[in-house]
Amino acid sequence: MAPQLETPKYEMKASDLIAEDIEAYLHAHQHKSLLRFLTCGSVDDGKSTLIGRLLYDSKMIFEDQLAALEADSRKVGTQGGEIDFALLVDGLAAEREQGITIDVAYRFFSTDKRKFIVADTPGHEQYTRNMVTGASTADAAIILIDARKGVLTQTRRHSYLVSLLGIRHVVLAINKMDLVDWSQEVFDTIVGEYRDFADQIGIKDFTAIPMSALRGDNITEPSDKSPWYAGPPLMRWLEDAPVEDDLQAGPFRMPVQWVNRPDLDFRGFSGQVSSGVVRPGDRVKALPSGRESTVARIVTFTGDLPEAVAGQSVTITLKDEIDVSRGDVLAAAASPPEVSDQFEATIVWFDDEPLLPGRPYLLKAGARTVQAQVAEPKYKVNVNTLEHLAATRLELNEIGVCNLALSAPIAFDAYTENKDLGGFILIDRISNRTVGAGMLHFALRRAQNIHWQATDVHKAARAASKRQRPRVVWFTGLSGAGKSTIANLVEKRLHAEGRHTYLLDGDNVRHGLNRDLGFTEEDRVENIRRVGEVAKLMADAGLIVLTAFISPFRAERRMVREMMPEGEFVEVFVDTPLAEAETRDVKGLYAKARAGELKNFTGIDSPYEAPEQPEIRIDTTTMSPEQAAEAIFTWLER
Amino acid sequence: MDAPVLSRPASREGALSPKTLTHLQRLEAESIHIFREVVAECENPVMLYSIGKDSAVMLRLAMKAFYPSKPPFPLLHVDTTWKFRAMYEMRERMARETGMELLVHKNPEAVERGINPFDHGSLHTDMWKTEGLKQAIDKWGFDAAFGGGRRDEEKSRAKERILSFRSAQHRWDPKLQRPELWRLYNTRKGPGENFRAFPISNWTELDIWQYIYLEDIPIVPLYFAAERPVVERDGNLIMVDDDRMRLRPGEVPMMKSIRFRTQGCYPLTGAIESTANTLPAIIQEMLLATTSERQGRVIDHDQSASMEKKKQEGYF
Repeated sequence: MAPQLETPKYEMKASDLIAEDIEAYLHAHQHKSLLRFLTCGSVDDGKSTLIGRLLYDSKMIFEDQLAALEADSRKVGTQGGEIDFALLVDGLAAEREQGITIDVAYRFFSTDKRKFIVADTPGHEQYTRNMVTGASTADAAIILIDARKGVLTQTRRHSYLVSLLGIRHVVLAINKMDLVDWSQEVFDTIVGEYRDFADQIGIKDFTAIPMSALRGDNITEPSDKSPWYAGPPLMRWLEDAPVEDDLQAGPFRMPVQWVNRPDLDFRGFSGQVSSGVVRPGDRVKALPSGRESTVARIVTFTGDLPEAVAGQSVTITLKDEIDVSRGDVLAAAASPPEVSDQFEATIVWFDDEPLLPGRPYLLKAGARTVQAQVAEPKYKVNVNTLEHLAATRLELNEIGVCNLALSAPIAFDAYTENKDLGGFILIDRISNRTVGAGMLHFALRRAQNIHWQATDVHKAARAASKRQRPRVVWFTGLSGAGKSTIANLVEKRLHAEGRHTYLLDGDNVRHGLNRDLGFTEEDRVENIRRVGEVAKLMADAGLIVLTAFISPFRAERRMVREMMPEGEFVEVFVDTPLAEAETRDVKGLYAKARAGELKNFTGIDSPYEAPEQPEIRIDTTTMSPEQAAEAIFTWLER
Repeated sequence: MDAPVLSRPASREGALSPKTLTHLQRLEAESIHIFREVVAECENPVMLYSIGKDSAVMLRLAMKAFYPSKPPFPLLHVDTTWKFRAMYEMRERMARETGMELLVHKNPEAVERGINPFDHGSLHTDMWKTEGLKQAIDKWGFDAAFGGGRRDEEKSRAKERILSFRSAQHRWDPKLQRPELWRLYNTRKGPGENFRAFPISNWTELDIWQYIYLEDIPIVPLYFAAERPVVERDGNLIMVDDDRMRLRPGEVPMMKSIRFRTQGCYPLTGAIESTANTLPAIIQEMLLATTSERQGRVIDHDQSASMEKKKQEGYF
């Protein structure tokens, strides 16, 4: 399986020009456009060989790299000591030793007409995350098929993801044609089968190319082995594929990244134009505020521009002083994007921890970050069969369609219209990891129709008539730690002082309000969300609310904290070591959990995340419940 | 070579001709986007300025990203005291001309122990650069540092993110790196954690040179060929840049027409024989070259994945 390492033909013209007239070469190179593309397929399809071939044929491999490659091929290659192009597109040492690649690698090459950035996404366990990441910035995709095997499950999977991410220019590279004797029949059969499937998933158009990456057939030059194929070789297709062609045709959009204020006389809005064209004199609208103004100047380091188009990073000044800040979107006043805080979206999940409905995440879209809660998925998609399946959560690499509710309205377009205004990532608020990505479909109508009713008697008035400061005193700790006991004592003490209180107890709430909830992670999140909302209403009524819930997850405790004004939420960590709680086992629950009769029991087979900075920490191994209650009462009345 | 940085360059035709963006325009726009995003979301960013051609391009991009404001962060040079003299001159000049604050950090322990490339081998890089950078980040409490890394430089960098996260102990862990989709960067981090941002990740060496040419960006004269005193040592041409250079028995500096493809500590940076003394000539030489640019760096030679090890330890 030795690749033919003949001198690359393709770059010859350029090499001559480099040697003879470098200025002319530079002039030509300067005007090259850029195409970013993605290759999908596994090592078996010859993907790495193809990328290696493209790099080699466009002379992007230097002698020292080739020497290193030869040495590596002998050491760890899979081609029996021959050059193993797969090693060229392999990276980190740890992965290489394990024989797996878990990431997206970017490769660069150029021809006389174009510069290319290839996103190489290995097809292993993390394929969905990696492919979605690589596809998000790609203008085009090459889907590789082994001619001997035809359309496989993974072909469908790759094609679905390409379609999902909105890549419109697709090559079906039918590789290893040399191993099927360059049979046109084999080629036509595969193309026919793929066309049916492509129609189903919304790939409207694709170009099928018969090739041998290993031998270099139909890569840079039309091959004489396929006289029946009249289409372009791969490299020519890559050179001619339209780039960001439709972006400039759309309405003007620019997410504001940074407000540029060098002095009091200049106020510019910096950002990268996402779609359309903008010129001085154009009417623009700032969203979500909806205020309008006129573009005064388009400022850049090299001088003011008469116009800026999609893709350019510029600074825009306006004729009127309207309030615009980071995260807002400047848009054509005549065709602005929608504004909403509730959406339907497709979400791709990246994290080992599943997506839990109701848990608040951060959502970043454009330059805007807001809090978002995801409702239970409407369904998830089996990426191999495209079936819709019922789901209560999304696990690593799963894709689902869900509704989202944001903490504040954002300007958006459907992802299919504008990737910058319709694409988002989800960030875990505790670990700060990027846990998911999504594509907005449309706004939910109820978002526009439900408004908060302002009432005349407000919270401050209610609290004042009770002569107290509303609070939510949140007891958290293991089952059996003493939360209810202590909370009860605190309430008695407050009541004796004439305070108006209410104690929400975990067990009691589960008899009514939360009767429908069990103890899965999803249900625990929803349990706390409801209790948080009830506590918020009660605090709004002016009450001092005490709650006694295990509330094991930091994320939900933080969510409730953030529902209240600063200082209103008082977290009381009833700190009892697991062994101690288990010894007490007042309700006999630990025994049951240990016996396997009780699933998802906190501390046994479900985690408890201790508070990092509670307002009050009660160590029950050194304090009696009475002492604890007195300490909390004193803290509240100070 | 002495074009002032702040003047608007008399840009060669086509520098910004909208409609179809050229590859350099797209790369420039992406880099500017990254600069702005990091500045908008971080509290205390800094730009690592290493004086080479990549830093020169980064600096120009930073000027463009925030114009008419000055880039709202300082430049940091983690000095080894062993750079070429011409590099120090360029450093001072650029700080003067951009008006940006220049911070220089020299690892005090390395100063005290007199760490040098002749006696201390790889300890030289470890202490001055790797340790020095960590010290500087801790000393000024930077939470984000712009660096000039490019994905085309070396195999392990092909997978490097635009934002590369480091623990509070400055460790880089492949498992902790975040997927980067569209133009959305997640800059959130815990206390003490920081990240490197690579605005020119997607540029190739040719792009860098082309941009320098197009934008008339000042670079260290050592990139251009000139008669310079060198000795040949272990297959490398080493320039005798000052009288600290220790000559081995039999070594006599001789004048040769040489230039450097990379800039670094002069005793550790190999020159190439060349007569290329204009930018087009340099680019021509590079395009016709058959070895990659990092070959001139003595530290990379030990093993093919050595850059990655350096990165895990915190070397830039």
